[in-house]
Amino acid sequence: MLDVNTQSPETHLKPCWSCKGPSPATALFCHTCKAVQAPASVDHFARLGMEPTFDVDVAALDRLYFDLQRQLHPDRFATKAPKEKALSQRQATALNDAYEVLKNPLMRADYLVHLLGIDVLPEGCNLVHDQSILMEAMEMREKLMMADTQDALNAIQRETKTEIDDVLSALSLAFAGHDIQGACRLTTRLKYLDKMMGEVRHSRARLMS
Amino acid sequence: MAQLLQIHEPGESPVPHQDDAEMAVGIDLGTTNSVVAVSSEGQVEVLKDDDGQALVPSIVAYAPDGSAIVGELAKRLLLSRPDSVVSSIKRLMGRGAEDVKSLGGQMPFDIEPHHEGESQLVRLNIGGHALTPIEISADILRALKDRAEAHLGAKVEKAVITVPAYFDDAQRTATKDAARLAGLNVLRLVNEPTAAALAYGLDKSAEGLYAVFDLGGGTFDVSLLRMEKGVFQVLATGGDAALGGDDFDHAIANHFLEQRKAGLGETNLSAGEVKVALMTARMAKECLTTEDSGEWMLTAGDKQTKHALDRATFNDLIRADVKRTVKICHEVLTEAGFDPMDIKGVVLVGGSTRVPLVRETVSQYFGSEPLADIDPDQVVAVGAALQAEALTVGSDTLLLDVTPLSLGLETMGGLVEKVIPRNTPIPVAKAQEFTTFKDGQTAMAIHVVQGEREMVDQNRSLARFNLTGIPPMAAGAAHIRVTFQVDADGLLTVSAGEDTSGIEAKVEVKPSYGLSEEEMSTMLYDSMANAKGDMELRLLTEARVEAERAMLAVRAALQADCKLLTVGERETIGEQMDKLIDAIKGTDRDAINAAAEDLDKATRVFAEKRMDKGIRDALTGVAIDKLQSSVSDGENA
Repeated sequence: MLDVNTQSPETHLKPCWSCKGPSPATALFCHTCKAVQAPASVDHFARLGMEPTFDVDVAALDRLYFDLQRQLHPDRFATKAPKEKALSQRQATALNDAYEVLKNPLMRADYLVHLLGIDVLPEGCNLVHDQSILMEAMEMREKLMMADTQDALNAIQRETKTEIDDVLSALSLAFAGHDIQGACRLTTRLKYLDKMMGEVRHSRARLMS
Repeated sequence: MAQLLQIHEPGESPVPHQDDAEMAVGIDLGTTNSVVAVSSEGQVEVLKDDDGQALVPSIVAYAPDGSAIVGELAKRLLLSRPDSVVSSIKRLMGRGAEDVKSLGGQMPFDIEPHHEGESQLVRLNIGGHALTPIEISADILRALKDRAEAHLGAKVEKAVITVPAYFDDAQRTATKDAARLAGLNVLRLVNEPTAAALAYGLDKSAEGLYAVFDLGGGTFDVSLLRMEKGVFQVLATGGDAALGGDDFDHAIANHFLEQRKAGLGETNLSAGEVKVALMTARMAKECLTTEDSGEWMLTAGDKQTKHALDRATFNDLIRADVKRTVKICHEVLTEAGFDPMDIKGVVLVGGSTRVPLVRETVSQYFGSEPLADIDPDQVVAVGAALQAEALTVGSDTLLLDVTPLSLGLETMGGLVEKVIPRNTPIPVAKAQEFTTFKDGQTAMAIHVVQGEREMVDQNRSLARFNLTGIPPMAAGAAHIRVTFQVDADGLLTVSAGEDTSGIEAKVEVKPSYGLSEEEMSTMLYDSMANAKGDMELRLLTEARVEAERAMLAVRAALQADCKLLTVGERETIGEQMDKLIDAIKGTDRDAINAAAEDLDKATRVFAEKRMDKGIRDALTGVAIDKLQSSVSDGENA
């Protein structure tokens, strides 16, 4: 598993807002009075009870997410006191935020680079000026502008999809090998490819109407 | 410890609130018809009138004294006294006069002139009464509440109300305001397709990827859901909040009026005559669902005309609208990354899915016969009732919904900066940072919009905010953070603050198409003589719930750490608990709050001792494992 520099927050105690007794800082519910707690400041992986990794098993992620939402979703607190309702909303919000990032490979890669490389790349991936990526993006865009049939668009889509799959495999290797610079470069490329997919969809919709 | 537990038996819980036994109902507040249902142990009953009718026509007639007649009776008055009857009001919820669709150059509503300073929410003149869509909807909700109360023989004050998934924030807020006027506490606004899925999922134990195609009287929704083991996860949703069976009526009425013009020459129609034309068109539409052709008479002024229509012509009249629904389905599927083949089943919801062309087109697109075995007019109310029971009694099912439309802010040049994109799971909160562009700028105007287009004026305006109290700084130095928060009802709240100074800027809301808090309280006061009493009762209930929560917390703490206290300390806490129990039994809200405050004070030393002990245990490493295991116990509880 990836080595993320975090303290082990489970050893920290904070007073439960409801019964005022000691409660582990990351606990969802007070172990004494069972009241729902405010969301802890942990990373997205920890929020879902996962180890930080790029290779997320989406089915497993879904299961963890559903299990946690079953306990924390505001629907479970409809008849509870206003404070508990408000906390449940904050918990469910934090959970949705984490889930959205982790289930999407591009957002996950971006997040992981940020999480692992905060010292190496304080500005995140946006500072990478890679000529070859820019060239590739321009070429793709030109092709897209020329494409005036559904078949031509399908071909571009297939090509882009293959590229995306390749980048994802490469990203998995880069993260596994702790190659943060490499992962960063790949993430930037993935951003362009993702944008490309969106533009193909737009062109297709335009062509249809 | 034993002694304390004897004084406060855990079983001796404080007085149960009166509303504990009260049932929560599910309401489908529809454009054409509304339905109320109630669920008990998973068995749903759709509440019917004495004639066995489950559907309450969403039609309201106003008597000269302002009293409302709702439903079948109002529908009968529509032809004889069209000026004092209003229908399809849902289409105008959270909308302005510019959204009203005219027919033959004439509005089917008599619209009140807009006054300076008022919100743009449309006001109608019905039989001499100026009414907002919110008040009219409240009258429909009151009728449903009355039906439920008569049926259950008890007061009904809690409800789950469904709204089209594609309803924007103004429309949702308007619905919730209408419920408040009707004296209903909305436990949750649930999206109509999601409610329908709940009814199907639980009834048919459906699993996999499903599309819910919901074409009602005035709105169209399509939701893509994953259903499995009690989880209903909406992946994407789309629609048109102004596309429905009403548009079919419009198309037919237009056709009839064209024919009439060809025969009689140009005639001016009154608002009432337009309503009659629409009513006739609706009868034609319903007839052509089963018959191949028919003839209808249209009376307006002193002229009567005869109009024939067959199924093929009807299909031609509505083809563009039906095509649009399938186009929206395609967009939703594509955006979520699916093909029609991936969909395991399509659920049909809404009366307009009875129209044969709709059914054919949907099954053609999805390549499968759609599911309609639960009455499409009642399935939404059934789902709402199930959710009402789940929220009050408890349940293992989980509804996970999304925002239907992107939420954003106006930036320079009338462009929209999206803050929360559509199809984001709710609840959600996202912040966006802005800065000042003039030196010493202390205020900022913020315009919140909803929609997918790039320009502000192409989207729906939700509210305007004036942010004041920004400390004067050089241009670009201020960090103004605007936070958008969407709750599980899909309702938006916006807050703002300046980060460098820590000042929470003051936010003043002007809803573009809603009621101000002041207008709302005036209406509450006018509509219910006992509105103030109701408000007081609600505050009292809240105080009790909060006091009970505090008491349970102290009991749990005593059970865990009672030995940290001296006998004297235990007695003091015990006395305060007794006082709070007495206060809860009474009806003085201030006394309850004061007693709760005293209990809090009396347990402060106890809390400190417990924290000290916790930290001591953690430092010596003794209790970590114990803490961890009890935490997971807590999570499972």
